[in-house]
Amino acid sequence: MNMLIAVLRELIGLFVDDGSLALMILAVVTLAGILATLMPDLRLAAGAILLFGCLGVLVANVAIAARR
Amino acid sequence: MTTVFLASLVEAVEALTIVLAVATVRGWRPAGLGAFAGLLVLALIVVALGPILDRVPLHLLQLAIGILLLLFGMRWLRKAILRSAGVIPLHDELMTFAAETAELREQARRNEARLDWLAALASFKAVLLEGLEVVFIVIALSAGRGMLIPASAGALAACLLVAGVGFLVHRPLARVPENTLKFAVGVMLSAFGLFWTGEGLGVAWPGADLAIVGFAVLFLTVGLASVAFLRRPRIKVLS
Repeated sequence: MNMLIAVLRELIGLFVDDGSLALMILAVVTLAGILATLMPDLRLAAGAILLFGCLGVLVANVAIAARR
Repeated sequence: MTTVFLASLVEAVEALTIVLAVATVRGWRPAGLGAFAGLLVLALIVVALGPILDRVPLHLLQLAIGILLLLFGMRWLRKAILRSAGVIPLHDELMTFAAETAELREQARRNEARLDWLAALASFKAVLLEGLEVVFIVIALSAGRGMLIPASAGALAACLLVAGVGFLVHRPLARVPENTLKFAVGVMLSAFGLFWTGEGLGVAWPGADLAIVGFAVLFLTVGLASVAFLRRPRIKVLS
């Protein structure tokens, strides 16, 4: 049982270490997804949101973590 | 395949530390049996999941795998940046080895009869838990592309290399630049994740597959700049 819990914990931990990082990434992906769906002509703009959003999330997250 | 190989090196070094601790306290038999059983379970997961994912529509698979790779890669990159900047301590294989050895000796003191099982279980658990990350990377980078065998071969080559060196030197591989490898793999996985998430959303990236290289350069630049920024001396203003 302990082993199963450890495996499940490891599986979740693969993707979520710092919850705020995961949430912000998902928010950026959702935003890009909404734009790509509502405005198919602006899919490259959705790509730009995805790219710069992820880079921004990374910088913000490490800066916040360093201040803690 | 390079990404899989480098990621597998990092995880294999971490698993080796525990397996070596088990071998030091209880001998190579339980350590080896536990590690072999762990590898067998991991191989079964890859064999079972790989072909199933090949049947999922590519568009959906790209989006799902892309998002998971972004979450996974950026988690590694974040940790590597914070470690490089000295915000969190580096992973210390020697300390892990000492802690695991002490725990196994304590278990030996309490329950000698079951120790071989406990030792094998510790070895099995280490290989299984560290290997799950490798399995994810192998499946994520090969799914839908028929690349399961080369990706698995890359992972296996890294594991064999680490196991061979570990067996020869018989001590934790503390000199492997684990954080640098983690930084590099984090950059590559984030770039792949971004590319596939975009493709899954229908974005036609300029330069097609070459865009991945551009994304990797951007993630690397931002990562290194973040390390430099976080390392800079802080000036305290006294009021």
